[in-house]
Amino acid sequence: MLKGVNAVVESGEMVSIMGSSGSGKSTLLNILGILDTYDAGEYRLEGELIKQLNEKHAAQLRNQLIGFVFQSFNLIGFKNAMENVALPLYYQNVSRKKRNLIALEYLEKVGLKDWAHHMPNELSGGQKQRVAIARALISKPKIILADEPTGALDSQTSLEVMDLLKGINDQGITLIIVTHEHDIAEMTQRTIHLKDGNILG
Amino acid sequence: MFDLDKWQEIFSNIRKNRLRTFLTGFSVAWGIFMLIVLLGAGKGLQNGVKSQFARDAINSIWLNAGKTALAYQGYQPGKEIKFTNEDYQLISQKYKRAEHISARMHLWNISLISYKSKFGNFNVKGVHPDMVFPEKVILTSGRFINDRDIEENRKVTCIGKKIVDELFKAEEPIGKEINVNGVLFKVVGVFYDDGGDQDNRRAYLPVSTTQRAFTGNTQIDQVVMSINEKDVNESEEIVNELRALLSARHHFDPNDQKAIFVWNNLTEYKKIMSLLNGITIFVWIIGIGTLIAGIVGVSNIMMIVVKERTVEIGIRKALGASPWSIIALILQEAVFITSLFGYIGLMLGIFLLEAFNKYLPASDFFKNPEVDLSIALYAMLLLVISGLFAGFFPARKAASVQPIDALRGA
Repeated sequence: MLKGVNAVVESGEMVSIMGSSGSGKSTLLNILGILDTYDAGEYRLEGELIKQLNEKHAAQLRNQLIGFVFQSFNLIGFKNAMENVALPLYYQNVSRKKRNLIALEYLEKVGLKDWAHHMPNELSGGQKQRVAIARALISKPKIILADEPTGALDSQTSLEVMDLLKGINDQGITLIIVTHEHDIAEMTQRTIHLKDGNILG
Repeated sequence: MFDLDKWQEIFSNIRKNRLRTFLTGFSVAWGIFMLIVLLGAGKGLQNGVKSQFARDAINSIWLNAGKTALAYQGYQPGKEIKFTNEDYQLISQKYKRAEHISARMHLWNISLISYKSKFGNFNVKGVHPDMVFPEKVILTSGRFINDRDIEENRKVTCIGKKIVDELFKAEEPIGKEINVNGVLFKVVGVFYDDGGDQDNRRAYLPVSTTQRAFTGNTQIDQVVMSINEKDVNESEEIVNELRALLSARHHFDPNDQKAIFVWNNLTEYKKIMSLLNGITIFVWIIGIGTLIAGIVGVSNIMMIVVKERTVEIGIRKALGASPWSIIALILQEAVFITSLFGYIGLMLGIFLLEAFNKYLPASDFFKNPEVDLSIALYAMLLLVISGLFAGFFPARKAASVQPIDALRGA
């Protein structure tokens, strides 16, 4: 339930959203990710008003503009790392051979080229999250939405993942990270605090 | 539509759930198997009964003398009616709606026929030349009884294939004389009849010669005719007219159904055919019912599949899958399972029918169970459609999965 959220995230920023459970940060994330609709107000992404889109168009925008990283990784269990990374390109009708090749490149960027043919259940938590990040990157999105990206990881692995995300941000991709961990939030350039559906401060 | 990625997913899903896929597939395979076997059996029944009718012309009417059941013009019921040559003449001269008319004499007590040293028990019938038509006799050599045979009381005979097989073997029968109960008859023709062994063990003699040589009177057993009518009502009308014609001569009530026993082949044929059509419809209903049970089974399983794959569907949607691509994924899997197992059921059904055909002894009422190609194709079409149907509701459910609920719930 969001009440008064008025925020602008500039292109290339790395922003964190903090708030306790029930603060509305999930709802905000859903709206930002075009996974959910809203009743009042406006959401503009890259200047385009995102409101009452049909499902097909919403799917296209998600595919082209947004990369998702989740707390629980959300890799598909019966596909290996490379196929998981390649999946967004499948929805852009890239040929199988080509998208697997591109997927290998991105796996290399996250340092997992040698694990390309492993299934998700053969990977550690940190490796899974890196595969998920590679998958978020492969469609060259403008913005990456990370929902508690380190929530399921130990602190050492968390740092590695945050380093990776920072590196991505350095290449100009906007990053929005939802978290309830202060040290994670501190690694971002700006933090938006949410409470009871309102922005604090 | 060949999309390796989609197929890979279908196969990996099937591999992960072998037992479940098998059980689902089995219900579909069983449904189509039953449909094919039932339809084949129905067809076998139809073929069998049709061949029973094929022995005689379908548009034939057979009149048998009977006993009156009603009192009439001072006669008590129970009067026996006897046909003589006059009845034959009356009908053939006065009645114009009958095409080919013949008297028929059964000589049940005369059955021994011999040629040289060989002999056997056969069946002797006294007939007119037109008997060829209602009896559907197919001449294989020589000729049938003709009018001059009747007029001149010639001792000639046209014999069935079985008699030739047993008495003559490879010897040419035409022109030879066979001994029928002590009287010699010259073979003038050989025939074949679709009616089976019984009909091929007959020797046809001219009715006049038969009366002179064996009975010594002018009595006949039946008057047989074929009519140029395809319509059942018309043929029943003809039967009534014949009954009226004969009632005047024999003094029985024209409404008395027992005085003359009439076998109207067309009526009987139509009756049996409508019964068979009824059976066929019934069989379709049962078969399709079984198939629907299978489809519901597939639909159910696909529902579970969708439930199990909620997270995956959520991921796909977040990554940019359109609702349609999700629907296509689920539908394709459903269609694949129903088509594959349906095809297996179809093949097994056809194999079973072929085995019936090959190893089951032919019976008079069950012959050549078969399913024609168009039915098999329709069944396949039905399967694909049913696969779509089975997948539709689960697919619609899958498309409505909220990605975030799916992902958060994991």
